[in-house]
Amino acid sequence: MDTVDHALEAPQGASLPPGMLRGIPQTLLKRQQLYDLAFRSVTRMFAFLVLALLLGILISLLIGSWPAIQAFGPGFLASHEWNPVTEKFGALVPIFGTVATSFIALSIGIPVSFGIAVFLTELSPLWMRRPIGTAIELLAAIPSIIYGMWGLFVFAPVFADYVQPWMIDYLGPIWFIGPLFKGAPQGIGMLTAGLILAIMVIPFIASVMRDVFEVVPAMLKESAYAVGATTWEVVWNVVLPYTKIGVVGGILLGLGRALGETMAVTFVIGNAHRLGTSLFAPGNSIASALANEFTEAVGGLYTSALIELGLILFLITFVVLALSKILLYQLAKREGTLT
Amino acid sequence: MRLNRRSFAPVLLLLGMGVSSAASAVDITGAGATFPYPVYAKWAEAYKAKTGSGMNYQSIGSGGGIKQIKAKTVDFGASDAPLKLEELEKEGLVQFPAVMGGVVPVVNIAGIKPGGMRLTGKVLADIYLGKIKKWSDPAITEINQGLKLPDADITVVNRSDGSGTTFIFTNYLSKISTEWKDKVGSATSVSWPAPTGAGGKGNEGVASFVQRLKNSIGYVEYAYAKQNKLTFTLLRNREGQFVAPDDKSFQAAAAGADWKNAPGFYEILTDEPGKASWPITGATFILMHKNQANAEKAKEVLKFFDWAYQDGDKLALALDYVPMPDAVVKLVQVEWKNKIKDASGKPVW
Repeated sequence: MDTVDHALEAPQGASLPPGMLRGIPQTLLKRQQLYDLAFRSVTRMFAFLVLALLLGILISLLIGSWPAIQAFGPGFLASHEWNPVTEKFGALVPIFGTVATSFIALSIGIPVSFGIAVFLTELSPLWMRRPIGTAIELLAAIPSIIYGMWGLFVFAPVFADYVQPWMIDYLGPIWFIGPLFKGAPQGIGMLTAGLILAIMVIPFIASVMRDVFEVVPAMLKESAYAVGATTWEVVWNVVLPYTKIGVVGGILLGLGRALGETMAVTFVIGNAHRLGTSLFAPGNSIASALANEFTEAVGGLYTSALIELGLILFLITFVVLALSKILLYQLAKREGTLT
Repeated sequence: MRLNRRSFAPVLLLLGMGVSSAASAVDITGAGATFPYPVYAKWAEAYKAKTGSGMNYQSIGSGGGIKQIKAKTVDFGASDAPLKLEELEKEGLVQFPAVMGGVVPVVNIAGIKPGGMRLTGKVLADIYLGKIKKWSDPAITEINQGLKLPDADITVVNRSDGSGTTFIFTNYLSKISTEWKDKVGSATSVSWPAPTGAGGKGNEGVASFVQRLKNSIGYVEYAYAKQNKLTFTLLRNREGQFVAPDDKSFQAAAAGADWKNAPGFYEILTDEPGKASWPITGATFILMHKNQANAEKAKEVLKFFDWAYQDGDKLALALDYVPMPDAVVKLVQVEWKNKIKDASGKPVW
């Protein structure tokens, strides 16, 4: 094994002056080096296991979706047809549903989470921080099916009876955004799915934001306050720039949950393979299409098309992650912290 | 078709314990359709208590069941939709019906009571095609004289998950309406043509949508409609009679079916003749290999279903399934004798 040589070298940053080693029995030294080697190999194996798993998933998704890729080509991404009888499949409706619901979720979830985090770290009296913080963490621990059932049986009826009619009356006639709020108030659909997702991602984003806001050195904030900055100015100009990597990480965590959420979305999105402009219309997401149809999918092409949907979800998540890394990199470069 | 799976968790537990305790008896395994799972589980429990032999059934869905039996990882597969004779021959499989159920239309219209509304297959197909848009459509009021129907848009609810219920329902619509057959067809999941409407996951999903959405219509498995007291409708059958869904009208449909001339028991009990027949009935099927390397196991499977046919009726009826009529059971057992052979070519049954 070629790793033995490396293992015999002292670990970085722990190099001792040669004199120190004198007097330690060689056997003990050997044994400790062996332990170190074993420890390093095992931890490295665990780390590589993650890579192997990722690669394995990607490969099996590719193999599974190969018949569909061959049959539909890139047109799969642009077709809105989904017909198991004629075996014609397209991913446009589920892709649109996944992206749209996640977008709604984040556009509500990010400001609310930001507010929660700012309040908890900057404004709230000390005695309130613990209970509210714990409550947010508890929200994150609720299983998604509970959100789904609550959404369908509690939220959707109230939404359909009191909120949607109001939206149809007052937002419907507005130019440009009007078509988003047309249709029958069914209580279920894309908007409901987005709202439920927003509630589900808030605890994730809020608790990460709170944690990173807390590590901002008091000295920085107090200096800003000392020169007469308002709370908002401190948050916007000191806290946020200092913690932006953590904040983006928290948002990504939320986005990851929103993109892949299955049960809660399946309950309230309406599960219709239809493309519409209205947010009240039932739609479909990749994850809910898989949950609905995978078990009873008969025939190779049908199953394969579903696996290709899974592959697309995998790629969407990957692209989002990569884009955010690039964004952070660009930010860092512009500020000159990176050479 | 999935119904209260949760309440059968104890049964599953019992099954699990059975595996470890019955060392001497031959245990059999099956996998497939979710619709008959509750009754298979009940049967397995009772059979185990009586004979000591266990039956382990995994409700992974019909598609999975067909895959598993083809791969020979289970002793029998189960599917809600029967396989065509050609496919059975190609794979060397035998197929027979195990138990039946019915599919019923349910509606949510103010003032309409269960069984208070009449529908025909043609009307049902046109509603699901999106051609009949309002409850006040003359096609509906014509057969419901004296009933006050609202001038409201119909919201169509379907199953979003692949399901035997959908297969039976769309099979019926295909038989009634050529337009449905050409445009949509029949399968465990189809491309729904109506321009509005939503999909619910499972019977409970459809039921909750129908209960939630005013002026909606959906279809659920009979047991589910009965246990939850949903507003089912009457349907006109082939003989022109309006019938209510119950075990009697399902059995009438099964009795009216021409099983004798259905090769491989490819018989979907929709639109069957008989004055009392409920038009949307269906059986769920068992798949086995014709040539059995392990004859002892195969015999055990057949013994299990033989017991279920003879002694399992009460358990099936208690769960609102409909047992196979005795005449059909006789035909099934003839099929067993003729088709299922051990390695040396001797009949297993």
